[in-house]
Amino acid sequence: MSKRISSDDVAKVARLARLDLGDERLEAMTSQLDDMLGHFADIDALDLDGVEPMTQPYPLVNVLRDDTVAPGLDRDEVLAAAPDPDSDRFRVPPILGLDG
Amino acid sequence: MGRAVELAAGVRSGEVRAADVVEGYLSAIDAREAEVHAFNLVLADAARERAAAIDAVVASGGDPGPLAGVPVALKDNLCTRGVPTTCSSKILDGWRPPYDATVVERLAAAGAVVVGKTNLDEFAMGSSTENSAFGPTRNPLDVSRVPGGSSGGSAAAVAAGFAEVSLGSDTGGSIRQPAALCGVIGVKPTYGAVSRHGLVAFASSLDQIGPFANDVADAALLLESIAGHDPGDSTSIPEVFPSLGASLRAGVEGVRIGRISDLPAGADADVEARLEAAFEALAAAGAEIVDVEVPAFTYGLTAYYLIAPAEASSNLARYDGVRFGLRVDAADTNAMYTATRSAGFGDEVQRRIMLGTYALSAGYYDAYYGKALKVRRLIADDFARAYERCDVMLTPASPSVAFPFGSKTADPFAMYLCDTYTIPSNLAGHPAMSVPFGSGADDLPVGVQVLAPALGEPVMFQVAAELERRAS
Repeated sequence: MSKRISSDDVAKVARLARLDLGDERLEAMTSQLDDMLGHFADIDALDLDGVEPMTQPYPLVNVLRDDTVAPGLDRDEVLAAAPDPDSDRFRVPPILGLDG
Repeated sequence: MGRAVELAAGVRSGEVRAADVVEGYLSAIDAREAEVHAFNLVLADAARERAAAIDAVVASGGDPGPLAGVPVALKDNLCTRGVPTTCSSKILDGWRPPYDATVVERLAAAGAVVVGKTNLDEFAMGSSTENSAFGPTRNPLDVSRVPGGSSGGSAAAVAAGFAEVSLGSDTGGSIRQPAALCGVIGVKPTYGAVSRHGLVAFASSLDQIGPFANDVADAALLLESIAGHDPGDSTSIPEVFPSLGASLRAGVEGVRIGRISDLPAGADADVEARLEAAFEALAAAGAEIVDVEVPAFTYGLTAYYLIAPAEASSNLARYDGVRFGLRVDAADTNAMYTATRSAGFGDEVQRRIMLGTYALSAGYYDAYYGKALKVRRLIADDFARAYERCDVMLTPASPSVAFPFGSKTADPFAMYLCDTYTIPSNLAGHPAMSVPFGSGADDLPVGVQVLAPALGEPVMFQVAAELERRAS
């Protein structure tokens, strides 16, 4: 049995990630993730108190450009790449209302 | 002098026609591409047109640039306007980007000729190119073995002579490891030195674009051509990228080469032997070998495999069937997202999205992602201390020579171990490169990795050039 992560946890994460694993892959994924989390436990031994988290190699902040008008991407070219363009919009299936 | 350097000089002077050059490489592709499968797309007609245009510039007295007529292959996660860019994923199959990546624009401005888009592990996640939705690339040196990954197609294209140079991307070793396995030069530049604008994002704080080449001088030329600030990438560093030409001839007299005494075990004996030979060769050339410690190096793998999937789970949220690529229809939008992503992403990509989503989720963030960010700091701090005592460090690029297909696919973690020696440079944002240095088991090439501090490319290339001279 899994120790670090359960198949219920994995099913919940899959929902959050908008992935449908199916029953068989859910079990395989649970076992693989549990194995990895076991390997990752090596850092549990480290004393990390007071260590500043590092999110980026360089401390760049507030990178701004001049507020000048420049051409953007060509709208027709962008829409041509969409699965279901509708004039100048991206069409999607219904968002609301199906649950009554 | 490198072959790309020579080719460009010949084309610029009019002694060589770019059209003839490109035919030679297209012939090599015709002869072996079916066997190697380095490319997702060969752009033969576009390459011929481009070469003719370059020759016309020369004929009219113009200068097409420092890469005039040099055939280059592009990893298929670099956006090319109007030309399919798939990331070797079904979810982007057929997508044509509405813009060029900055590096693609810079290569064009330098006169290079793009011959094709190369295969990769889907979304650059893998170390063997076995995760491509379009089938694996084979190592041109032994087609029963992997070329490494994720930039396996770009490494194989250069090793097979399909292109003189190529570009890949490196998030945890995806340029250096395939370079080592295919016996070519592969460079991951300093984070921010090369614009990521138009590189399909995997893990934004780690990704860097870099060159593959047959010669250190060619890698330097290609890197100089693509580096430099770009307003299109907010993490592009403002510093002027250092010139590398003088480094190539400087030798290593007095250069301090770090040997990491607490380097994680796991490299095969043949690889260890070549690393040892590299230290000896550099010492014979006048370098000073210095023992250094990088205690947190060994924790790089864990930090990386939490941070990179966390960033990937966020970056890959954009593939939802709305604006580009695949859509699998369903009754409502939420079901459409799930159906599209489940059908469009391959197994390894789904695994990393799951791992990253878990590491970022409420209740686990501090235990996994937060802790990994602190370990990342320890690694950067350890590197900074080590570089007080040395100028560069040497490690293996890959723990082994090229391995047979299927030998690591059953256990995802076994594949992750391929990145043991390459990951820490990405976490720190430092440059590193793999240089072929003789052969190991089965006469397959071994790559020695040269690591340097941020913007330490000049000394890194200085040492790489010496290794290249002493490898032959």
